[in-house]
Amino acid sequence: MCLPSCPTYVETRRERNSPRGRIALMRAIADDEQPVSRSFGEEMYYCLGCLACTTACPAGVNYAELFETARAEVEKKQVLDTPQRSFWRWLTLEVLFMRPRLLRAVGWLLRGYQQSGLQKAVRTSGLLRLLPSNLRRLEPQTPQISPAFSNNIIDEVEKPPAQTSRYRVAVLTGCVQDLAFSNINRDTVDVLLANGCEVFTPAVQFCCGSLHAHNGAPELARELARKQLDQFDVESLDAIISNAGGCGSHLKHYHSLLKGDARYEKRAQLWDAKLKDIHEWLVEISFRQPTAPCNVDEATYHESCHLTHGQKITAAPRQILRSIPHLKFVELPESNWCCGSAGVYNITQPEQSARLLERKLDCIAKTQMSVVATSNPGCHLQLAGGLVTRQSSNCKEVTQPVTLLAQAYRNEKRSMMVNE
Amino acid sequence: MEPRIADFLSGIRQAVGSDQVLTESEDLVPYSFDGTAAIKQKPLCVAFPANSQEVAACVKLAARYAVPVVARGSGTGLSGGSVPVDQSLVLCLLRLDKILEIDERNLTLKAQCGVITKDIDDAAARHGLFYPPDPGSMKISTIGGNVAENSGGLRGLKYGVTRDYVMGITVVLPDGRLVQLGNKCVKDVAGYSLKDLFIGSEGTLGIITEVLLKLLPRPAARKTMLALYDSMEAAAETVSAIIAARIIPCTLEFLDRVTVGCVEDYARIGLPTDVEALLLMETDGHPAAVDDEAARMQAIAIKHGAREVKIAADEAESNRLASARRQAFSALARVKPTTILEDVTVPRSELARMVSFIRKTAGKHQLLIGTFGHMGDGNLHPTFLTNERDAEEMHRVEIALQEIVEETLRLGGTITGEHGVGMAKKVFLKQQYTDDSYALLKDIKQALDPQKMLNPGKIFE
Repeated sequence: MCLPSCPTYVETRRERNSPRGRIALMRAIADDEQPVSRSFGEEMYYCLGCLACTTACPAGVNYAELFETARAEVEKKQVLDTPQRSFWRWLTLEVLFMRPRLLRAVGWLLRGYQQSGLQKAVRTSGLLRLLPSNLRRLEPQTPQISPAFSNNIIDEVEKPPAQTSRYRVAVLTGCVQDLAFSNINRDTVDVLLANGCEVFTPAVQFCCGSLHAHNGAPELARELARKQLDQFDVESLDAIISNAGGCGSHLKHYHSLLKGDARYEKRAQLWDAKLKDIHEWLVEISFRQPTAPCNVDEATYHESCHLTHGQKITAAPRQILRSIPHLKFVELPESNWCCGSAGVYNITQPEQSARLLERKLDCIAKTQMSVVATSNPGCHLQLAGGLVTRQSSNCKEVTQPVTLLAQAYRNEKRSMMVNE
Repeated sequence: MEPRIADFLSGIRQAVGSDQVLTESEDLVPYSFDGTAAIKQKPLCVAFPANSQEVAACVKLAARYAVPVVARGSGTGLSGGSVPVDQSLVLCLLRLDKILEIDERNLTLKAQCGVITKDIDDAAARHGLFYPPDPGSMKISTIGGNVAENSGGLRGLKYGVTRDYVMGITVVLPDGRLVQLGNKCVKDVAGYSLKDLFIGSEGTLGIITEVLLKLLPRPAARKTMLALYDSMEAAAETVSAIIAARIIPCTLEFLDRVTVGCVEDYARIGLPTDVEALLLMETDGHPAAVDDEAARMQAIAIKHGAREVKIAADEAESNRLASARRQAFSALARVKPTTILEDVTVPRSELARMVSFIRKTAGKHQLLIGTFGHMGDGNLHPTFLTNERDAEEMHRVEIALQEIVEETLRLGGTITGEHGVGMAKKVFLKQQYTDDSYALLKDIKQALDPQKMLNPGKIFE
């Protein structure tokens, strides 16, 4: 039953690239019938970790946990190690994504490089040919850094008009989201304010650790989870809001991650219960339907795997899109099929990622829509990158449901001012 | 590695291309099982031929080197039919995936064996045509596998099973010869009906590489109903009364109390959990006939004691009602680590008696068994919810299964309605074939495959 749901199996039609094939290999290792080999390691990193198989599974197998454990085992046994791979893993997992201020400093440098025109100059100069081929291939995918980071445009505490205040929530700004899509964090805060939520957004936040958990570094993931729990006064909040499908899926499992940690286990349980995806939360508090339209006329919707398969949230984002007046919403064929972004998959498995992106762009083209909405920074970057290379596509814009909702709320105020 | 094996492998690589042969352990472990619980065996190698000629070349080589051959599609079988045997060559036929022809004048479709079953019906639908057999795994199972297993599905009562739609096949024989059997003629009595020998032969007589299928006009309308009962007998009587009223519904499916409870726990569709039986009924055909039949079926159900009958107002509601049946296996599979799905089948008239026997047997051996299945054709799916690591409980499962098989045969039934014998049911086959017919089965195998090349160890002990 899992076979037709698995993007890698559908591509290759080889059992080892299927969920049940991978589970059979994991089981063979657990039963000592099979060593943790390089070939096994490669297979675990060929898996997208999209979790589509968990939606299809009749027996409710917890593939996410199996997959994270298997990748951790691959790292422990060092079967894939090369000096280059170890260096990049060290730089990203152990340095940059453990130190939010350093990550922002790198973002700041990158922004300077992009804004000064240097990037353009370098790209046209041919200097890039000096890079090793794998870096050269990745260079065009460097995310465009936002003109301002989240803390520049969101105050630590923002309050809705006093009489409407109903809830106290915290907003998690994320890492990639913070660097590349701080405007989406702003939109998230705005829609929360418009629905009576007092919003608490710490200026400097740690990575949620999903990158680490999905890439075989559970210890670092646990360390980051503890830091998150230290940063928020979980008890006093009604909800902790994540607006990135991939992060949210991981953030909701701190309890199982910190199992056995006497100091944190209980708080982690409370955290999991209060952790809400933004769409989920908006629907839960019966968000107010906007009276004004947003800035686009039409949109289709691509589901983030970890929102759909990881968190099983499928109706809420659509409900938000449908609530916006005059927005024509058309379903995307295969909307829950992975776009190939899959965390860092587009970097580690560029060919398979490109094939999935092509498949996704073909589906988007079928809808004839000019805008595609999604709800995860990885998908957002992947789709935006794909649409740039496919000039023929009708679709020119990638956005997010919260952005469209925030626009609609803002337009209400504008139309009121015009009326006055 | 033995030189004989090395020679054989190099021959296979030459035949299909070296990138289409797997021999590494990491590649073979995932091919060591199919859809059947608790049976596994690693093969010598897996090859992916691209066409009938390559299949024939592989089988010829295997015969020369005395390597047994196991054919495989998507590996969804439920009796271990495509589980490899030790040191075998697995021929995975997924690359033979082309629909070759749709003939609207003769209402036939010709396809290679690796085409996905649902793609066959989808292709037919684009021409307003219909391929009725719909086994549970049709989204991923292959048509070749369906023919080799003679798969059933939910529409058996009205439309029959896979065999009823096979007009011709191309088969690779155990010695590597390629033959074509059957044709587009509705009537054909030239010689023995050889194609029928291979349909349902579970890969033991030949490897089917192409199929010629019969199609029907697609029914214009369909109506779905769900009826709830306080006793299985009442549900069974309803079915008998519907058939006596000269109505042949396309679907008559039931769920017992255990299954309804699990479905509701899992899917929360709003079913009452104190019912003894749930009956899903569907009728299809001309819109006027469908409306008339649906109304009559509803009246019959109420007359025979249905507590409630829901008729779906539209397609969406149809799907919602049908999901109770479609999710039955999924819902049961979640309850315990191991799910053993059986498919004993009895004459339709004995169904209620059989269901109550299964319930008593479960109680006697303190086992959890959910039963659902095809009430219209007597095909039951008693599903044991157990744990293969619990040896003591597994022993009780075996005893209960033996008792269920004995009762099935006593009622004039068969040990398997649609899953096949494979490895899982070969111990029971002899109990069903009590006279010289078991020897006849073996004679046929011996005549066609004297070297025991194809799928040895299946069907026969």
